[in-house]
Amino acid sequence: MFKLKNKMISGIVLAVGTLLFTIPAVHAKKYDGVTVNILTMEAPQIKGPMVKRAPDFKKLTGATVNIIGVPFADIYPKMEADFATGTNSIDGAVFAPQWMVDFIEPGYLEDLTSKVKADSAIEWDDIGYFFRSFSSTYGGKIYTIPLDGDFHMIYYRTDLLDAAGISPPTTWEEYIYIASRFHGQDMNGDGTPDYGSCISKKRNAQAYWMILSVAGGFIQAKGTGEGMFFDTKTMKPLVNNEAFSRALDIYKETTKYAPPDEINLDVGDTRGLWTAGRCALTLDWGDIGTLAIEKGSKVKGKTGAAILPGSRKVLDRSSGKLVPCNRARCPYAINGVNHAPFAAYGGWSGAINTASNARVKDAAYDFFSYMSQPKQSNVDVTIGITGMNPYRVSQFEKLSNWTNAGFSKASAENYLGAIKASLNSPNMILDLRVPKNQRYQQVVLDTEVHRFLSGEISKQEAMQRIEDGWEEVTEETGRDGQLNAYRKTLGY
Amino acid sequence: MTQSNSIEERLDRQAPAVFIMPAVLIVLCFSIFPLIVSLFVSLSRLKFVRGGIEAKYIGFLNFKKLLFGSQQYHFLGKFDQLTTTGYVIMSVFVILILVWFYRYFRSINFSLVGTIGRFVVATGLFFLLMLTLINLTTPKGLPGTLVVTLTYVILGVIFQFQIGLGLALLCVKKIRGRSFFRMVFFIPMMITPVGIAYLFRMLTDMTKGPFAPVVMWLGMEETSWAVIPWGARIAVMIGDAWQWIPFMFIVLLAGLESLPTEQKEAAIMDGAGSWQIFRDITWPTLLPVIVTIILIRLIEAFKIIDLPNVMTNGGPGIATESLSLHSYFNWRTMDLSGSAAVGYLLMVVAVFICLSFVSLVKKQVEIAQQ
Repeated sequence: MFKLKNKMISGIVLAVGTLLFTIPAVHAKKYDGVTVNILTMEAPQIKGPMVKRAPDFKKLTGATVNIIGVPFADIYPKMEADFATGTNSIDGAVFAPQWMVDFIEPGYLEDLTSKVKADSAIEWDDIGYFFRSFSSTYGGKIYTIPLDGDFHMIYYRTDLLDAAGISPPTTWEEYIYIASRFHGQDMNGDGTPDYGSCISKKRNAQAYWMILSVAGGFIQAKGTGEGMFFDTKTMKPLVNNEAFSRALDIYKETTKYAPPDEINLDVGDTRGLWTAGRCALTLDWGDIGTLAIEKGSKVKGKTGAAILPGSRKVLDRSSGKLVPCNRARCPYAINGVNHAPFAAYGGWSGAINTASNARVKDAAYDFFSYMSQPKQSNVDVTIGITGMNPYRVSQFEKLSNWTNAGFSKASAENYLGAIKASLNSPNMILDLRVPKNQRYQQVVLDTEVHRFLSGEISKQEAMQRIEDGWEEVTEETGRDGQLNAYRKTLGY
Repeated sequence: MTQSNSIEERLDRQAPAVFIMPAVLIVLCFSIFPLIVSLFVSLSRLKFVRGGIEAKYIGFLNFKKLLFGSQQYHFLGKFDQLTTTGYVIMSVFVILILVWFYRYFRSINFSLVGTIGRFVVATGLFFLLMLTLINLTTPKGLPGTLVVTLTYVILGVIFQFQIGLGLALLCVKKIRGRSFFRMVFFIPMMITPVGIAYLFRMLTDMTKGPFAPVVMWLGMEETSWAVIPWGARIAVMIGDAWQWIPFMFIVLLAGLESLPTEQKEAAIMDGAGSWQIFRDITWPTLLPVIVTIILIRLIEAFKIIDLPNVMTNGGPGIATESLSLHSYFNWRTMDLSGSAAVGYLLMVVAVFICLSFVSLVKKQVEIAQQ
């Protein structure tokens, strides 16, 4: 009896022990115990959706994903300092793909080509051609996973323009006219005068892309390969000429019909003004379209989007003068207007630190893939606060995603139509993607344009200083190398 | 005296140095070593490459760029011809310097080293004053980050000292609610500078801030402090003053409360008025404390960065950009050597101003202590 009891106890203990060791093994997840640190902007945009989906990713894979936010202007230096010093506390980053050249050349970023090819879930071919073939690649290899698509567009109050019988602006002169027409009127029924135009112009924020959106239509006319920043033979900056001069005039004139502290407003401020119904026109990324339908917005159903206004005159690069558009000079003009939609910033994308542990890199890639997969991203791009804008073909084709999110059919078609028109334009402007592009844009261009707007320097001085500043960066970095990199990005 | 006694005595004499050496080495390691490395960085051009950083020695090119080259407008500002007022001010300054030298040459402490020191101080102050006048008082002049920083420092410290002293003189009196006022005046110092910057940014928002209705009632909704250079600078200085007046206040209050009362009581019995008592008794006795606190505040004021960064990002243009912010913006775009060069020049200017201040007030403090 005693022996039988012992045997039974031993049997039970063995059975329980086997269960305790095998059940976890059976239920072990792919990345149990793995922690991935991802750096991005500290804001509800971009960081918000990743923080929201990280727990779901953990349930699926076991990986803990920490999203570390820093101010926008600190992303670039934090990445470079972390990678160059060998600290490698960052396993992945969601950042501007135009900066990737500075991180690829020293070998900091992981080549993701083989991972993407082996990953059917990401539906790579569903990603828009521009984003998968340009934004994500360098030298024929894939280095980033797009999570967002970026284009500048203008937005207008459909109710105001319809009531006045005015069409959306197709040129910047029309933009100014509409802004002046509505400036000072009460547009949201609160009894206070509102503004004709709200454009973010704050220094050291994201405003320096706005002036480029204005200038683009005057400078680039012969297709994406012509480029708008430098001469493709000499690397001479295209910023000290009649075209850029006209762009500066327009940019400054929009300030007359704007909030009094417009040159101190960043995109968060101008978007708040838009959704409060205080602006007739604005210039922004795709966020306005989705923010307009959110709860509390006073402009739901009243927000229209359009491709960036263009110009009837374009730059003759040999003389530096503005010359009227004709078939030869402006082969892609629409009704005599040269439009040059600007893929500003390129769209937030995820990249992986090549120095991280192999399992961590795999987990980071799987997280970015998860975020980018249609099931997640097709929802995220319809929500304004995510900061993620459409970049997949299915996001443009499936209207139900948008109507389910709160768009009317007409608004969705209008919004997506404007983005598609930009994406499909043969004269689309590619953002600057050469080494040290941050110095060209954020340091030189941003500072001098802001000094011009604040009246510190004249227009001519501003253009001269931008040209001199860009030449200095080019000389310091190496003219031949910069020219080669610039031509490569334009497809030469 | 035996040999072992003399060795013991020698060891005793060296003992203080030996005991203090570890602390000195640690301080040197954390202050001198970074200074040397920063100097090296400011004389080089750094490039991030695979495996680390490549440094190429370029001599004084970064400093040349700031003082004479493409960044001169950013550091020293834009120049123009001095106005008549400027010439008058410079003349008065030169006369005061000459009087200062004359009194020194007639004193018993006259020495060659002292003369050279005074000459350096006078020359430096002359150039800084001229730069300030050129930048701020001429039609086409514009201040660079150097003069903007000097403005924050000089005007800020003067204003903060006057208000802090005034509040301390009020709170030293036996008035009702004294303890409450002391606590309330001290609160701003407890708040982080970035918090204060965001607070003032919200307060000064003309369209959405708490004073927006007041601004509209005054009919000023179309104006904005943020687009006017002096408006923006004053907004930054108000935020800075709000934060640092409590520091002045608390130290001066402690100084006032520790003053001996016998002299004051004797003066009152002799019929002296309150202004006489302040001028002849309070002020001289408090002078060492005043000099110390102004010196501490001067050193701190040169580092101002949070307020102009958060409130205006250095704008409009570069109107509110301080030297620290200038250095930070350079660092942020990975122009590390440019950033180090600005930082070094900031250190030179700050040390010069602080040493000049000490040398100018040293004699008054000595007289007061007698």
